Amino acid sequence: MDIAFIVAALIAVAATVRVITCYNIMHALLYLVVSLLAVAVVLYTYGAPFMAVLEIIIYAGAIMVLIIFFVMMLNLGLETAEHEKAWLRPRIWLVPGIFCVVLLGELLYLILQNKQPAAGIQVVPPKQVGMALFGPYLIAVELTGILLMAGIVGAYHLGRQHKKTLHRFLENNLDT
Amino acid sequence: MNLHPTTAGLLLAGILFVLGLISVLIRRNIIFMLLSVEIMLNAAGLAFVVAASHWGQADGQVMFMFILAMAAAEVSVGLALILQLYHQLRTLDSDEASRMNG
Repeated sequence: MDIAFIVAALIAVAATVRVITCYNIMHALLYLVVSLLAVAVVLYTYGAPFMAVLEIIIYAGAIMVLIIFFVMMLNLGLETAEHEKAWLRPRIWLVPGIFCVVLLGELLYLILQNKQPAAGIQVVPPKQVGMALFGPYLIAVELTGILLMAGIVGAYHLGRQHKKTLHRFLENNLDT
Repeated sequence: MNLHPTTAGLLLAGILFVLGLISVLIRRNIIFMLLSVEIMLNAAGLAFVVAASHWGQADGQVMFMFILAMAAAEVSVGLALILQLYHQLRTLDSDEASRMNG
C-alpha cells in the first residue's frame, strides 16, 4: 500500500469524525472541506486524476460554497460579527490548516516523485472515461441533464417567498 | 499490515459511509443531516472509483460523475426545502417538522 494513500485516508477519516462531532456548523463545514480534499488525494492515488479534480471543483468548490453561503444567509443580525470574531480563533482553524498543509505536501510529493501507481491499481485515463460517457452512456448523460433541470426548477419553486396576491384595496377591507 | 489496494480503498469507503450513516442517525440539526448524506454519497463514489481502478474499466468513473451531478441537484433542492422549513418553523430542529400537522 502506498504511503500517500495511508496518510490521505487517515486525514479523511479524522476530518469526517470531527464533522460528525462538531456542534458548530461552520467548523463542521471546514472539516468537511478538508475531508473532501483528502478523498480527492485518495482518488488521485487510485489512478483517477480527472475525478480528483472534479471532486475538488464540484464538491469542495461548488457544493460546499453553496452550503456555507446558505448557512451565513440564515443567521443574519448584529451578533453575526461577534460570532465571526469568536469563530476565527487559532484553536478553530489550526487543525484543518495543518491537515490541508499535510495534503499539499503529499500532493507535491506525488507530483515530484512521478512514479508508476502501486501494484494492483490500473490508471483509467480521462479519454477512456469520455469515450464511455458519450458512447454507451449517452442516454444516462441526457437523463442527468434532465435531473439537473428538475433540480433547478424545484429549487426555484421551493425557495421563493410567497407574495401576497391580494390587491391593496381588498387587503384594507379584510383588515376592517 | 499489507492490504491489497482495492481492499484498502473499499475499507476506507465503508468507514466513511458508516460515519455518515451514524451522523444521520444521531444528529437532529437538519443541515448536519444534509452534510451526512453528502458524506455517504461521496463514500459511494469513492467505492465506484476504486472498483474502476481494480478492473481497469471506465464505467466506475462514469458512475462517479453521475453521483456528482446527483449530489449537486440534491443539495440545491435540499437547501431550498430547509429554507422553507426555517421560514415556517424558525428552527433547524428536524423533530419540529414532525409536529407540522399536515
